[in-house]
Amino acid sequence: MLILHCPYCGVDADETDLHAGGEAHLKREGPGSTDDDFEDYLFLRENPKGVHFERWRHVYGCGKWFLAARCTNTLEVFGTYSAQTTEPPQEIKDIISEKRSGWSWGNLS
Amino acid sequence: MRRYSAFAIAKEAMRNHTGWDRAWAKSAPKKKYDVIIVGAGGHGLATAYYLGKNFGITNVAILEKGWLGGGNTGRNTTIIRSNYLQDPSAAIYEKSRSLYETMSQDLNYNVMFSPRGVIMLAQTQHEVRGYKRTAHANALQGVQTEWIGPERVKELCPIMNIDGPRYPVLGGLWQARGGTARHDAVAWGYARACSDMGMDIIQKCEVTGVRQENGKVIGVDTSQGPIDCDKLGMVVAGHSGVLAQMAGFRLPIESVALQALVSEPIKPCMDVVVMANTVHGYMSQSDKGEMVIGGGTDGYNNYTQRGSFHHIEETVRALVETFPMISRLKMLRQWGGIVDVTGDRSPILSKTPVEGVFVNCGWGTGGFKAIPGSGWAMAELMAKGQSPLTEEFSMFRFREGKFIDESVAAGVAH
Repeated sequence: MLILHCPYCGVDADETDLHAGGEAHLKREGPGSTDDDFEDYLFLRENPKGVHFERWRHVYGCGKWFLAARCTNTLEVFGTYSAQTTEPPQEIKDIISEKRSGWSWGNLS
Repeated sequence: MRRYSAFAIAKEAMRNHTGWDRAWAKSAPKKKYDVIIVGAGGHGLATAYYLGKNFGITNVAILEKGWLGGGNTGRNTTIIRSNYLQDPSAAIYEKSRSLYETMSQDLNYNVMFSPRGVIMLAQTQHEVRGYKRTAHANALQGVQTEWIGPERVKELCPIMNIDGPRYPVLGGLWQARGGTARHDAVAWGYARACSDMGMDIIQKCEVTGVRQENGKVIGVDTSQGPIDCDKLGMVVAGHSGVLAQMAGFRLPIESVALQALVSEPIKPCMDVVVMANTVHGYMSQSDKGEMVIGGGTDGYNNYTQRGSFHHIEETVRALVETFPMISRLKMLRQWGGIVDVTGDRSPILSKTPVEGVFVNCGWGTGGFKAIPGSGWAMAELMAKGQSPLTEEFSMFRFREGKFIDESVAAGVAH
């Protein structure tokens, strides 16, 4: 079972206490954006076999949304971090670089 | 190809079965093909088969990273039905179901298609209204389905408890001509027919890159070296996103794990397929006597072909409530497959931003039933550049807001 550390309440939560919320770090588009950007934001998704960043909600715990860095190929969890950020913190990126050198995801690497 | 027949079996019996050919030939890649299909699962092989049969294109290679039919084709619960709400879905799934009816004869390979009937249970008022609507839609689409009451459900499936405390059975959508087929045989049958037409099926050949020139595909790089082609069909289900990335475009798809399990074999007790979408479980009995059980998908991206334990628990709990007699059954095997899910839970059969590259994916949790129809339509799309069956399933439909919204209609469980 997938176990993620909730960065808010500090609990190591089981998958059954969590709700998966899809891709993290989406840039919200609104009226006035181009069709391409809007399609990208609403429908197109990163679907990597490897390093992935996701939103999770500690739904049967503190109820807060947080972000997780995970490998979709091995289910290894690199770390979790606050949702109040537009890109992963450097220490998470360092952990990933150590374990998966040369990784990239969207515009990040 | 030597035809399979009762006479052939009798003849071989006389000489200890020493005269059978291999079902399909082992091939090494040639330098160039007219068409390369990536993925030797049901959909990929069916695409190749109909390219040859309907359009005479036989200079075709089918590349497979693992082994033939080893992905979702061998990991599903073998259910075949076509009772979809939306017109484009009903058209392609009904085409598929009708092709299953004659598949054993067409391929000269017994796929054990068993039109035993499929009931989709309505266990909430919402579902009652939804399925009545689907039954009416199906009548207009020419798909034979029928709304039936709880007594008829009980009559068709006596082992079911229709007065459950949580979700009593209020009726069901009955498709008498739906059923099951042997999933491996579908892949093997198509493979044998493709090989017979002179196509090359190349296993253990992983595609590592898509080569392009001026926005047009010219070939692929593989673990067995580069191979040139004029047209490329990507039919790789869960790995569609990975392959699309190699070709330099993105798809509205996320890959998640879907799992299934079978029980120990028991005596025949159920001769229909039952799907209970509200409680997320579906069950049928295989010819070997095992109860074949499928459940829901995990909520997060995953490529590991393993599912989560708690989904098994949820599925089994739901089914024990609906079928109390299975509560003491031991489960024999459990497995997972990686399904490619789109936003509207409808597939993608489409041209792509790269000229000559076609994609067939997004079948999500319901691909097995679609194999022949998908292959038929995809072959037409690749050969002629368009097909009436694939028109609505373009990968660009999201941008235009032209969804085929089965996610509210039938997309929960397939």
